Formats: sequence, structure tokens, C-alpha cells
Amino acid sequence: MAEVSTEVKLERPLKKHKKKMPKEDVIFYIFNTIFLVLFAIVTLYPVLNTLAYSFNDGNDAIRGGIHFLPRRWSIKNYNSVLTKEGILVGAKITVLRTILGTLTSLFANALLSFILSRKKFLFKSSLSLFWIITMYASGGLVPTMILFRYLHLTESFWVYVIPGMVSAFNVMVMRTYMEGIPDSLEESAMLEGAGYMTVFSKIISPLCKPVYATIALFVAVYHWNAWFDAMLYNRMNPEYTTLQYELMKLLNNVSATSSGPVGASQGGQTASAQTVTPITIRAAATIATMAPIIALYPFLQRYFVTGLTIGGVKE
Amino acid sequence: MENQTSNSEKKLDYYELKAANDAKLAAKRAVAETESDEGSGKKKKKEKTGPKFTKKEFKRQWILVVIGGVYVLYGLIFNYLPLIGWIMAFQNFKYNKGIFKSKWVGMDKFKFLFSDEKFILVIRNTFVMGVLNLVFSTIVAIAFAILLNEVRNKHFKKSIQTISYLPHFLSWIIVVAIVSDTVSNTGIINEILLNLHIIDKPYTFLAHPGWFWPLVTLSHLWKETGWNAIIYLAAITSIDPCLYESASIDGAGRFQKMRYITLPSLRPTIIILLIMNMGNVLNAGFELQYLLGNDLVRGVSRTIDIYILDWAMDGRNMDYSLGTAAGIFKTAVSITLIVLANTIAKKKGDERLF
Repeated sequence: MAEVSTEVKLERPLKKHKKKMPKEDVIFYIFNTIFLVLFAIVTLYPVLNTLAYSFNDGNDAIRGGIHFLPRRWSIKNYNSVLTKEGILVGAKITVLRTILGTLTSLFANALLSFILSRKKFLFKSSLSLFWIITMYASGGLVPTMILFRYLHLTESFWVYVIPGMVSAFNVMVMRTYMEGIPDSLEESAMLEGAGYMTVFSKIISPLCKPVYATIALFVAVYHWNAWFDAMLYNRMNPEYTTLQYELMKLLNNVSATSSGPVGASQGGQTASAQTVTPITIRAAATIATMAPIIALYPFLQRYFVTGLTIGGVKE
Repeated sequence: MENQTSNSEKKLDYYELKAANDAKLAAKRAVAETESDEGSGKKKKKEKTGPKFTKKEFKRQWILVVIGGVYVLYGLIFNYLPLIGWIMAFQNFKYNKGIFKSKWVGMDKFKFLFSDEKFILVIRNTFVMGVLNLVFSTIVAIAFAILLNEVRNKHFKKSIQTISYLPHFLSWIIVVAIVSDTVSNTGIINEILLNLHIIDKPYTFLAHPGWFWPLVTLSHLWKETGWNAIIYLAAITSIDPCLYESASIDGAGRFQKMRYITLPSLRPTIIILLIMNMGNVLNAGFELQYLLGNDLVRGVSRTIDIYILDWAMDGRNMDYSLGTAAGIFKTAVSITLIVLANTIAKKKGDERLF
């Protein structure tokens, strides 16, 4: 122990990392590294395993024992999934709602954050309170559903976009960020004759790009993953189904409790029964549905993370 | 953990004082959303000396007022009208008759709810799973954050972290598909158990009620640990490194530093997050349970939200009033829990939400 402390005393001011580590530390690092690698494997393995199954021949997959790589390669699973009527419609609606929903929601949240972050706005505190209450008290599933029916929002595409446009939580994050922008920018623009809307579009918004990106990504992921609203409001309208809802139906049809090789007998539903079974279809559909997120994830993940801490940077 | 923190408080030497100070800063930085909530309350006082309500000022910012009005209208329709819908719980609501013509039944619907065995069962399930999730996700996320913080190789640290929060962005449907594949008869869990000769034939986890709660908790951990750890990592990073240095000069080992510096510093963050999550204990019980549950485990899988959904969707015995009543119960309990947690934190002199 005595050795440890002298070493620290001498080395710290000179170098950031000590070169020699005490034995206790070496053991700790080894175990810590092993533990974290195991953690990463546990996180990734199920995804990679599903990927392997999705590229494997159907009948062959029933035997199990596939881990990281397919045993008998086949892309028939994807052929079968990507030609399903429901999946195609679902994909179209999901892309549409993701784009439209993200744009409208971003605009709505940004504009509300803008007026709430103006120091001179007369109703600033009352309007914030009005929205903060909505974070804690919600009407619940049934009253909301009935309201949407009265408003003729159910059985339509717009139920995905209009009701969830403003989120108090996102507004609070954006508002905190906007409040960190110096007032002098707004004041000088106004002296030169700019109105509030010009300040919003020409001065505040360009400075808010990072927080806009983060919120937009959160909303986009929400829309991409949404299925419950499709089930609740558009169950009878296959033309407004969403991708995740189609995936859910597929998974439920194919096997209820996924108790082992259920597939063989049901495999006959599909045209090329020899190579496509429910196990591999499920895998292919799952992978196809998560593909866009996985593909974009490495490039966008830093925005995701800043979102959690972004509001707090400015105080 | 309770023990550790109170121990360290008794000591109250230089490090702890510094740590406590630092922790407050960390919590403020990390829990941005909470701050902004509080902010509105504080600003109210400031504002009274701020803009004066004059005709001139009103005219100057008419556009803000108009936009604000649009948002009020939108909020009234989509957020406040459903609250008015709560009166359905005191009626025998029929969609065709509407809210004005349906028959009033007083508290009958609530009486029915609390005499319904199924409802008591779903309350129990929701609470147990909510508390299990809250406890384990907090502990595991903190442990993960602390361990990750000890890693020196930046690239290794970054890769592990990036991998760790990937599942957060997958939908519950995908997660359930993955989880049920993993624990299926041909899945990796059974394969490992078979190879280790712990079992001699595949075990169907999803068909056994005893395994449902652990599976739900584990699925949550798989999906959210990395994500939950982000906020703790941010708090750990903002702890003053001087604390660790002076502690090691005094001969503190790695684990002592974790215990007497890191954990006490995280205390405010942990408390604020716990309070915030208290309100979600009942909300965390829908998608996963709905998707992962099956008829064999009905008794333990069904939650309040699933119960409500049954009344709202099932064609034969649909009863909107009962669904509304159960929803009111849920909201009331959630708000009570938040207020309660907040009061306890206030009494103990810790950070609080409002």
C-alpha cells in the first residue's frame, strides 16, 4: 500500500497514466475487461444470431445450433418477407409517418420552445405550466381513444401524426437549450427591424441545429418503432398498417410461445416450402425491420447521447 | 448502499464535503429535464419584475400571443379534453349516446373494479414488475457505469458504450422476438444448459409462470442498461479528479474510492432519477408484458394497461367506463407515488423534483 501512494505522488504531476500498475490493479483490469467484453457479447449475440438465422435455409434451421454464421446460406427468407403485401404497405406507411411525423413534430416543438424561451413573452410562465401539467396528468387510453373517434382521427393516417405532435418533454429540453442563447442576438436583430418569426427562423434555429438533430432522431425512432397506435386505431384498415405491427402479426401467427421446431408443418403456407420456415421468416422480418436503425446507428449515435445531457450544458 | 452512504456522511472529512458539493453540480448537469421543470417555477418570481403587461408590449409581441393561443387550443383538445373524459368512469358510457346522454352510475364502476379479482391480480403484477425493473435497472446501470469508467483505453470504452445502448433503439416487438428466440427450446440458453448437463431436455421458459417476472426484468436490463448508464457516466465524469488523487495519497484503494467518493457523489442523481421513475412504475407495464405473455402465464403477465386494453378493445364485453376507471386509478397512484417520493427526499434533505 505504501508503495502505491508514493508512486502516485511522484508520477501524477508528470504523466496522466501511470506506467506501472500495482498487482491488485492488474487483476482488476483483467476482470473488468473480461466482464465488459462479456456484456458486449450478451448484448450483440442475440442480434447476430437472428441475423444468422435470417440467412439460413429454413428446414436446416429447425435443427437449431446456428450461432454466428448461417449453416446453409439462403436469401429466400428475405424474398418471402419482402414480397408480403402487408409488409410492403406497412413499410410505406411507416416511412411516410416517420418523415411527416418527424418534420411536423420538430417544427411544432421548436416553435413552442421558441416562444417559451422569449424572456419578454407575457404568458411565459402560464403557458409553460399548461404544458408541464400534461407531462404528469394524461387522460388515459380509453378517453383518448374515444376522443379520436369523435374527431374522426381513427381509421385514418393522421392519427399517427397529429395527436402526438407536441411533446412537453422535448419542448423542455429544447427550451433549456434556447435559453442558453444570448439575448443580445435577438435584440440586435430586432433593432434592425426583424420580427419574432425572422428571429426564430434566421437566428435561433440555425444555432439550435444540434438539439434539433437530437429531438428529430428521437421522434423518428419513435415513429419507426410504433405499432400500438396502428393496432388500436387502424386494426380494420390494412392500408394504414405499420411495419412493426405487421412484424408483430407475423411473429404471433408463426408461433405463439416459440416452443421449438413448430415450423415444419406450417412451412407449407409459403410458395417455396422447401427452404423457408417460420423460424427463418421471423428472423428475416425482424432483421429487415431493424435494419435502418442498425445501419444509421453508427453515424447518428452521438446525437442520441448528447440529447440526454444537452439541456444541462447551459445553466 | 444505504449503509455506505450514511457511513460516509458520518465521517464527513474533506473528500466527502467536496464530493457532496460536486455531486450537486453533477446532478444539475446530468438531469437537465428536471432542471428545466423546476426552472419554470423559479422564473415565475423573476418574471414579475420582468415584462410589464402594457398595451404597447402586447402589440409588439402579438405574434407570440397568437402562436401561444394556437398551442393552448391544441393542448386543450389533445391533452385536456381526455381528462374531461374521466367523467365516463361515473357513467354507464355508451358510445352512441355520448357523454351527455349516458346514464350516471356514481361509483359503481370503481366498486366493481375493486371487487374484481382479476383487477387485484393485475395491480399486483404491475407493481411487482415495476419495482423489480426499477431496483435492478438502477443497480445494474450504476454498476455498469462505474466499471466502464474504470476502463483506461478510450477506444475500448467507446466501443463498449456504443454497443451497450444499441438495444434501446430497437422496438419492443423486436426485443421480444429476440428474447423468445434466445430462451426457446433451440435457443442459446437451453443449449448451454444442456451442454453443461444442468438439464437433460430443453426447458420451455416462456411456459412457466415462475420465469415470467425474471424474464421481464432481464429483457429490460438487456434493452436499457447501456442507456440508463449514460446519465450516471455523465455524473461520474463530472466528479472532481482531485478527490480521487487526494484519496489515493491517503492510501485509499480502488474499491474504497468507489465506495467513499463515487457512490456518495452519485447520490443526488440517483435520488432524482428514482423520484422521476417512481411515477413510471405503473407505466412500465405494457408492451413487453403484452407481447411476451401467453395463455400459460396469464396469471403473472397481465398488467393494469393490458386489463384496460381488454375493456377497450374486446368486442363482446367492451366497457369503456371500466377502462376509464382503471385508468384513473393508475394515474392517481402514479401521481401519489411521485409526490410521496418527493416528500421523503425533501424530509431527508436530498435533491428533489419540485
